[in-house]
Amino acid sequence: MAMNILVCIKQVPDTTDVKIDPKTNTLIREGVQSIINPFDAYAIEEAVRLKERFGGKATVITMGPPQAQDALKEAISLGIDEAIHLSDRAFAGSDTWATSLILSAAIKKIGDFDLIICGKQASDGDTAQVGPGIAAHLDLAQATYVRRIDSVHLDTNPKVMIVERLLEEGYELIEIHLPALITVVKEINTPRMPSLKGKMRAQKAAITVWGNKDLGIEENKIGLKGSPTQVVKIFTPPHKEGGKVFTGEPGEVVDALVAEIKDIL
Amino acid sequence: MSSIKVNNEKCVGCTLCVKVCPAQAIKMVDKKAVIDLDRCTLCGVCVSTCKFGAISILRQQAAKDKDLSHYKGVWVFAEQRNGVFSTVAFELLNKAQVLAKDLNTYVGAVLLGSGIKDKAQELISRGADKVFVIDSPVLQNFITENYKEAIIELVNKYKPEIILAGATTTGRSLVSRIAVDLYAGLTADCTGLDIDKEKKILIQTRPAFGGNIMAQIISPDYRPQMATVRHKVMPEAVVNPGREGEVIVNDFNPEWQDHRIKFLDFIAEAVSTVNLSDADIIVSGGRGLQAPENFKIIEELAASLGAAVGASRAAVDSGWMPYSHQVGQTGRTVCPKIYIACGISGQIQHLVGMQSSKTIIAINKDPDAPIFKVADYGLVGDVFKIIPLLTKKIQEIRNK
Repeated sequence: MAMNILVCIKQVPDTTDVKIDPKTNTLIREGVQSIINPFDAYAIEEAVRLKERFGGKATVITMGPPQAQDALKEAISLGIDEAIHLSDRAFAGSDTWATSLILSAAIKKIGDFDLIICGKQASDGDTAQVGPGIAAHLDLAQATYVRRIDSVHLDTNPKVMIVERLLEEGYELIEIHLPALITVVKEINTPRMPSLKGKMRAQKAAITVWGNKDLGIEENKIGLKGSPTQVVKIFTPPHKEGGKVFTGEPGEVVDALVAEIKDIL
Repeated sequence: MSSIKVNNEKCVGCTLCVKVCPAQAIKMVDKKAVIDLDRCTLCGVCVSTCKFGAISILRQQAAKDKDLSHYKGVWVFAEQRNGVFSTVAFELLNKAQVLAKDLNTYVGAVLLGSGIKDKAQELISRGADKVFVIDSPVLQNFITENYKEAIIELVNKYKPEIILAGATTTGRSLVSRIAVDLYAGLTADCTGLDIDKEKKILIQTRPAFGGNIMAQIISPDYRPQMATVRHKVMPEAVVNPGREGEVIVNDFNPEWQDHRIKFLDFIAEAVSTVNLSDADIIVSGGRGLQAPENFKIIEELAASLGAAVGASRAAVDSGWMPYSHQVGQTGRTVCPKIYIACGISGQIQHLVGMQSSKTIIAINKDPDAPIFKVADYGLVGDVFKIIPLLTKKIQEIRNK
């Protein structure tokens, strides 16, 4: 009863490293470290746990420039078996529509899988659109914002899973047929640290690289050309100046605050 | 293929582009910017940043000679649970009226559910000119696959030019799929929407990178233009009880139902009565509270204000509050009218989740805590003394 799992991840700049240049009011990313998107760490951990429980294989996929290989190697050090890197100049400029098409084309090429896991969203774009986008391109059932996999039944036909989705006012239980796509939130697990053995495996691991000649997607559906959305302008919002600070006895600071905010309460 | 170019005549070698490039794809060679095309993701940050207009992206257009003029109407997905609308639906109806006026078209609302037909009038009173209703037991619970199929059918039939949905768990999951199936542009989590009056297209403004940068996005060659919109950034549409509109009822075709997914149960969270994304005011606690039982003072302050309770990652990771209350990068992004941070130092991961709040109040004993940098009002002192006093004061004001 093995389970083949695919994890889609993204390499993002580490937010904690990002600074704002007070003179130009721009975001400085020079020298900023790249990390695996924080939510994707939970996706990787969940895939590894499922694989350990049921047997099978966990494969990680990312689309991105050559430097994204570091994220794939890190995933292998965390227990992932194989890594596929989708890298091609023709992919540059893809919005969520085109990105989810490229990832789904790679998944079609892989062919055999029971489950796709994505993080709920990436910390740089914050769209939460690529996961459901992949499900749409592949016509799969989806469960977003999964906080727990309650049970997995691989001996039924079809195979099914029962999952908990975290919503604004509580959570819901969903039964979903496999193969399916889920996106996960932080609550689902606590990711492990890379093991020494894992790090060594990552160093030696051969990463499969696919370009568009391997995927064969129509050129006018990928990159800037295939993306329905266009970024016309990027700007830094006016940097908030520190406001009024009150110090003194608790009673005084409370009175000072209340005097200020009375009208908006 | 699309490409990016540096105009060496205009480049003055200021290196600003090198600093802002998230892919670290730009180097200076002989005091001119040189872009490594293998590393470049064509994100466009450098183009917007360059003060000399030296960098440009040549966007190769897909051949589009489609006539888009027959797409009319600004639609709002009227999210509801058990017949109660999410307030974001009313916020969207307010915005939709402004956009529709600029485009000289109508406001449509999409109402899906079971036994909800008579709710259409409520949407009309909030500004909808037409309400597209599909009422079916299959739509009782939100299942993305069933809802998206119904909406795609409506879109193909009535051809709206714009569709707006709340950036809720439901809205985001739903419209992402619809946009892919329709090959339409979708912009997530918008905080601003305007019409380019000349080109008659939607300009969508959204924060990225946790609100550290803003992007303006358009989708001129595709219809409908789709966006999810954050809660609480736009005012609700006013109620006009006598307002008239049209109710257009369609049937749910049983073939649309996806049998691969089944709703089993919904378990409401008991801890707090106000949910974070709906709240006008949020009171959050962090490590400075020292112990889980001390969240009581946060809850009391929240109760006095009718506010929701939030928590920093430190408080959640310590097990003091459930994850669903976590505000920040790995939790929820919120933008209430007032955010009160109590005993929260203000790590960047927390700030990106709340810095778009309208008014920020911080209470912390450390005058150098980074939270004070984003706070409109900072109170330096002991949270255990300040918060109960503040609660008492607010109760007095509210009781008057």
